[in-house]
Parts: sequence; C-alpha cells; structure tokens
Amino acid sequence: MGRPTSSFADFLASYSPDLLPGRVPSVSPGADSQALRDLPHATTIVAVACHHGVVLAGDRRATAGSMIAKRDVEKVFRSDEFSAIGYAGTGSVGIEFVRLFQVELEHYEKMEGRPLSLEGKANRLAWMIRGNLAAAMQGLIVVPLFVGYDEDAGQGRIFSYDVAGGPYQEQRFHCIGSGSVFARGALKKLYSDDMPVGEAVLAGVQALYDAADDDSATGGPDLPRRIFPVIATVMADGFRKLPEAESEQYAQQVVQERMSAPDGPLAPLHVAS
Amino acid sequence: MPFGYVSPAQAMRDKAEYARQGIARGRSCVTLQYDGGILLMAPNPSSALHKISEIYDRIAFAAVGRYNEYETLRKAGITYADITGYQFDRHDVTARGIANYYAQNLGTIFTENLKPFEVEIVVAEVGTQPEADQIYRITFDGSVTDEPGFVAFGGQADQVSAVLKDRYSPGMSLTEAFAAALDALSTSGNGERTELAATQLEAAILDRTRDHRTFRRVRAARLEELISESRSDGPKAAGAPEAPSGPATGPDAGRADRGGGLGGGDGTPPNPV
Repeated sequence: MGRPTSSFADFLASYSPDLLPGRVPSVSPGADSQALRDLPHATTIVAVACHHGVVLAGDRRATAGSMIAKRDVEKVFRSDEFSAIGYAGTGSVGIEFVRLFQVELEHYEKMEGRPLSLEGKANRLAWMIRGNLAAAMQGLIVVPLFVGYDEDAGQGRIFSYDVAGGPYQEQRFHCIGSGSVFARGALKKLYSDDMPVGEAVLAGVQALYDAADDDSATGGPDLPRRIFPVIATVMADGFRKLPEAESEQYAQQVVQERMSAPDGPLAPLHVAS
Repeated sequence: MPFGYVSPAQAMRDKAEYARQGIARGRSCVTLQYDGGILLMAPNPSSALHKISEIYDRIAFAAVGRYNEYETLRKAGITYADITGYQFDRHDVTARGIANYYAQNLGTIFTENLKPFEVEIVVAEVGTQPEADQIYRITFDGSVTDEPGFVAFGGQADQVSAVLKDRYSPGMSLTEAFAAALDALSTSGNGERTELAATQLEAAILDRTRDHRTFRRVRAARLEELISESRSDGPKAAGAPEAPSGPATGPDAGRADRGGGLGGGDGTPPNPV
C-alpha cells in the first residue's frame, strides 16, 4: 500500500505502464510511419509574459497531412490553478499528455498537502516528454509549452521543450508549432517589457493572425463559424481562460484593423532613443 | 489441542477490543450536511498533520485513530481515485467505490494481520443536489455504513452523536451546521464542556456550488468568524435567522489552500479535439 513517491506518473509506470501516453507497439525500423505522421496535428501556440503574469494562446486548427482535420480544436489547457499548458504535435498523444500532467500536479498536491513549485512542475513535464522519445522517433511527436505564475518572484514564467525533454526557460515570449516562426517574428516587433495583460493578449492574437497568414497549418479567426483563438492568462489570482465573447472581441479587433492594414501594425524603423 | 490455542472467535474479539480501545483514546470527528454542501470538523491542534483531506473533485476523507495508519489509507485512497479517474473519466470516481476499496483493505488487514488498524474513517461525497450527498463510515474491521445527514465517529462518538442528533436538521445553513458541530465536539465524556478555539480545530467543506475541485479548508480567519457567530447565537440558535452566507472559505483561503479550480467553466479542461 505504501509507496515512497507522490508522483502519479511514477505510480502509473509501475502499476500499468500501458496507460502512459505514447506507448505504441514498436514498429520495425524503416517501416513506413507515414500513417503516424498523417494523424491530426495541432499547430501554433504563443506564450507572452506580461506585467505580473503570462498569457498563453493557441489557434484552433488541426491538420492531417495537407488536409484540415478539425477547425475548433483546443490545445491550451489549465494544468493547475497557477499554470497552463499548450501543445503542438500529434493531437491524440498531446491530449493524453495534458491529462496525465493535470493528474500529476493534482495528485502531488493532494498527497503532500501543498502544490509543486513552478520549477518542479516544469521538470516533471520534461521527464514525461522524454518518456515519449521512442514514440516521437516513430512520428508521434508532441512538444508542449508550459507557463505559470511564480509566486515567489511575482511574475509569469515560460518553459519550452524539445522532443527529448527540457525544460528551457524562455524570456519575454515564445512560440511553438508550425506557425511559430511567423508568430515569433510578429512578437519581436510587438512585444515590450512589462506589458499590461490586455496588451499581451492582443500581441498574442496579432502573432497568431500573422502565423495563420503565412502558415497553411495555422487557422486564423473564423468569423463565419465564430471560432476564435483559445486564450488563457495566469496571474496572481490564478488561471483564467478567457470566455468565448472576450476572445471574440480581441479577434474581431485584430481582423477589423487588418481590413485597412493587412500586414498589421507597423513597427518604427528606428529604435526610439 | 496444543497449548496456547486461541479460538478464531476469541482472536477476533481480542482484535476488535484492541482496536476499539485504541480509537476510544482519541477525540471525535464529525461530518454533516448543510444546504451548500458537507462540513467536516475535528479537534486537531496541529495545522500540518491533517485528519481531514481531499480525495477527489467531490470527495473528502476524515479519520480518527493512529495517524500513520490513516495517512496510509488516505494516500491509498487518493491513488485509487486518481487512477480510476485517469483510466475512465472524472465522473466515474465515487465515494461508494472508495468506501468499498477501504472496506476491502481494512477487512483484510483486520483478519490477516496480528494487529488491526486502530482507525475509523468517513468518506463523504457532495452531490449536485442535497439528496445526492453521500456519507460512508468505515470501521477498523471493514464494516461500511451509509450515514444519511450526519455522523460522529471516534473517541466519544456516542455523546457527540447524541448532541449532533439533537442539533441537526436537514437544509441547515453553514453557520448553523458549524454551530452544531462545534457544540457536539465541545461535549466531553463526563458531560462537561470544553470550549474549542480556532487553533484547536480543523475544518473543511465540500462546496456544492463549485465546479471541478469542491474541497476547501476553512482557514484561521474564517474559522474565527464562524466560531464567534456560533457562540453569539448560542446553542439554541438552530432556528434563528441566518446571516448572509458569504464565500465559505474566507478571503485567505482561495490562494493559501490552492485547492484547485477557480470555479466557473475554466475549472475543468475543455473537451479537446
């Protein structure tokens, strides 16, 4: 009955390893893993640090090869009261990771009577992603983006990962997924230190718009179907997912502006001295 | 017949006697329904070594007896709940399932081990309606009883239960339920009353109105408030007009205890893909 660890994933690994995400029957080397690569993939996620907090936002598209698999997929989640997680990569494995990570954090908190530190959470996620390395080699790639509020420092923090784990702490902002290069370019020009949370959300939505503009796998705001980015904030008072109406407002604002300036806000050519 | 033979009947009686004596040395604990959920309360001078804790979204655990023994059971229960919720769905974790799991384990320990567990536990589940609330009491030998409305267990269970039976009425407010519980726990064996201060009490609620994780500890400030409210109303206050029931956990509780969801729709992860 007794066990020395308060980790749910550790327990799962000993109790029923089949339940861990990304456990696939090994495919012989050289086998065609195109089928795995053509599974629905989630695409672009952006994280933007702001004044006393952090914003995490993701577009809604999932692609399977060159097809759009789903228009209203959600890939930004609450992981616990003071953190959020988004993922890019194979949808089915990503969902399992998020679920396991949520239980992992809650399990520790209940067992120990206190939550894990933010670094503890980030490290735990790295360990879980590394466990997926074999599956990633066969095409089931999942890369998360983790953000949280650091109570000691009173600020938001961003952690990124690669398929072998991590975590890498990111300063200011970070983007993952197929549209991340475009989103990052946009954020470079839009970001300023210590932005108020509303502006950080707007910068994130602008960046997602630019990603959707140039990356076929990232979906822009879908006005006819009323599908808008999923936006979450993690501040001193905890995780908050913006209600649909609120994220619609941000998306509508960006779309309206782009009607007159399709490439978005213009950054000054010189650094203000 | 070999020398020193003890009949099975005698052995069981001895074990039961041993366990009962162990439990009788400790204090009592009460669990009762109120209109907005379930209140759990126990005298406990320690603010770190809990008798009451969270098991799952809508399920709490309270125990009396030997700390190391019920702590083992508490952790096993959390693991059981988390693995069930992870394997199936969060809705599939029930107090009945956990009570049965405890009953199986305690029954086995009682018959097979030389020394039985000196514990008595209660598993309570808050429903969306008061009629759906469940309170189970599990004793050291694995017997389970379904206790509608309220239960007192532990050291002076009979005296405490008698007071509680007198004071309890279905649909009472949190303040009334708290006053009843405090009155019951202040009754000691010889009919004298011991006034309990906030520092000597441990209390928690399962809040019916919350989404996701409903368990909240009632922390110092709110505890003081409830104690003074129940003292000023006096023991006859059961029918007195009810003070507006504020958020049950007081201003400090939300952050300090970080029990989980922020309430509202963001508490649970949205259905992915």
